[in-house]
Amino acid sequence: MSEKIKIEISKEVYEKAVKLAEEAGFPSVEALIEFLIEEASESTEGEEISKEDEEKIKERLRDLGYI
Amino acid sequence: MVNRPHGGRLVNRVVKGRRKEALLEEALEIPRISISYERVIDLLDIAHGAFSPLEGFLVQEDYLHVLHDMRLHDDTPWTIPIILDVDPDEIVGLKEGDDIALFYDDKPIALMKIEEVYGWDKKIHSQLVYKTTDVNHPGVAKTMERKELLIGGRIDLLNDPPNRFSDIVLWPIETRVLFREKGWRTIAAFQTRNVPHRGHEYVQKAALTFTDGLLIHPLLGWKKKGDYKDEVIIRAYKALIEHYYPKNVVVLTGLMMNMHYAGPREAIHHAIVRKNFGATHFIVGRDHAGVGNYYGPYEAWELFNEFPDLGITPLFIREAFYCRKCGGMVTEKTCPHTDQDRLKISGTRIRAMLRKGEIPPEHMMRPEVAKVIIEFENPFVE
Repeated sequence: MSEKIKIEISKEVYEKAVKLAEEAGFPSVEALIEFLIEEASESTEGEEISKEDEEKIKERLRDLGYI
Repeated sequence: MVNRPHGGRLVNRVVKGRRKEALLEEALEIPRISISYERVIDLLDIAHGAFSPLEGFLVQEDYLHVLHDMRLHDDTPWTIPIILDVDPDEIVGLKEGDDIALFYDDKPIALMKIEEVYGWDKKIHSQLVYKTTDVNHPGVAKTMERKELLIGGRIDLLNDPPNRFSDIVLWPIETRVLFREKGWRTIAAFQTRNVPHRGHEYVQKAALTFTDGLLIHPLLGWKKKGDYKDEVIIRAYKALIEHYYPKNVVVLTGLMMNMHYAGPREAIHHAIVRKNFGATHFIVGRDHAGVGNYYGPYEAWELFNEFPDLGITPLFIREAFYCRKCGGMVTEKTCPHTDQDRLKISGTRIRAMLRKGEIPPEHMMRPEVAKVIIEFENPFVE
């Protein structure tokens, strides 16, 4: 598990988050916020790929007729 | 946008270059364990990121969490235990922390660090994963055949074994690059171990009406007797796509993954794996990953309610049939007519007709698809 830090948000937003977390079945507001931020993150995040490897993949995809 | 990997990071345990050469030499000198082709497939799925965030076979803490809570110890959803079984005499003299080489067909496939060796109860495992201990269930039968101990630990893949489907198999990093190249932001994935009939085509096209692309993702790997052979499924889908799909909205690629027939639990597993391939939506059909009458027809749909944090949107599309009055493929939700006007699509009937070399009626299966299937001398697993 990664290190946790504290953030401050307005009470109004927090109350909305509590309600949302309950309705959606999240165990906590923290879990809801982490989930939503991950969902909104750039899609390449979490992929470790060099430019060179990406080019090789594209070449293979072209050879196989996918692109 | 292409979906984020499950657990936040796409695992890559494939060793390359000089490190690979060094580890291959090491593999010949350290203790070895021979593994089955099914475990090789698990290894490939771990190493290439299809099973992200797993980096190896489950250690006991994760195994027990998956068994009882359907989550890893850190609360990440995970429903099917990915485990490596061994006999006690295969690991004599080995201890936790040791490296072992995993061999298949007398060749080194991977290295593994033994993090833990532990026992398991196959009956409890079967009851929790398959909801039965009946050995007539193919998943239970497979479980009962497995060895007495489990080894957990990270793996490093040294060699992909020869694969006759290498020109149709893409791994997660490849489909992710592909989807971005195509500019797809939403992708519906369709899991299958069958040849396509009109009902499958209907649900795929229903999903495609609101996603940018469709990933047709047949399983290539162990299947039970009577299932369609892998090459038959691929050829049948190629025929369907050629004749009935716009070219730029569909990707057909095989997935090397074992089938467990674990019904609802496996439906969640299938969704997680497709998320790793970049899919944003996952089509969950009737009796998904089921077998016989072990699971309710829509039981898998209910289980998705327990996973609001899954990170992939399930698409629940009811079984489709042909309605004479509607004049097309419909579902219970879209057709007001009675059974008298409805022509159900029976997989059993299609199978029986194909076995006799007959072309099923067009409301059940496209003739171009049926022709491809009956060209095979025996299209079924023996």
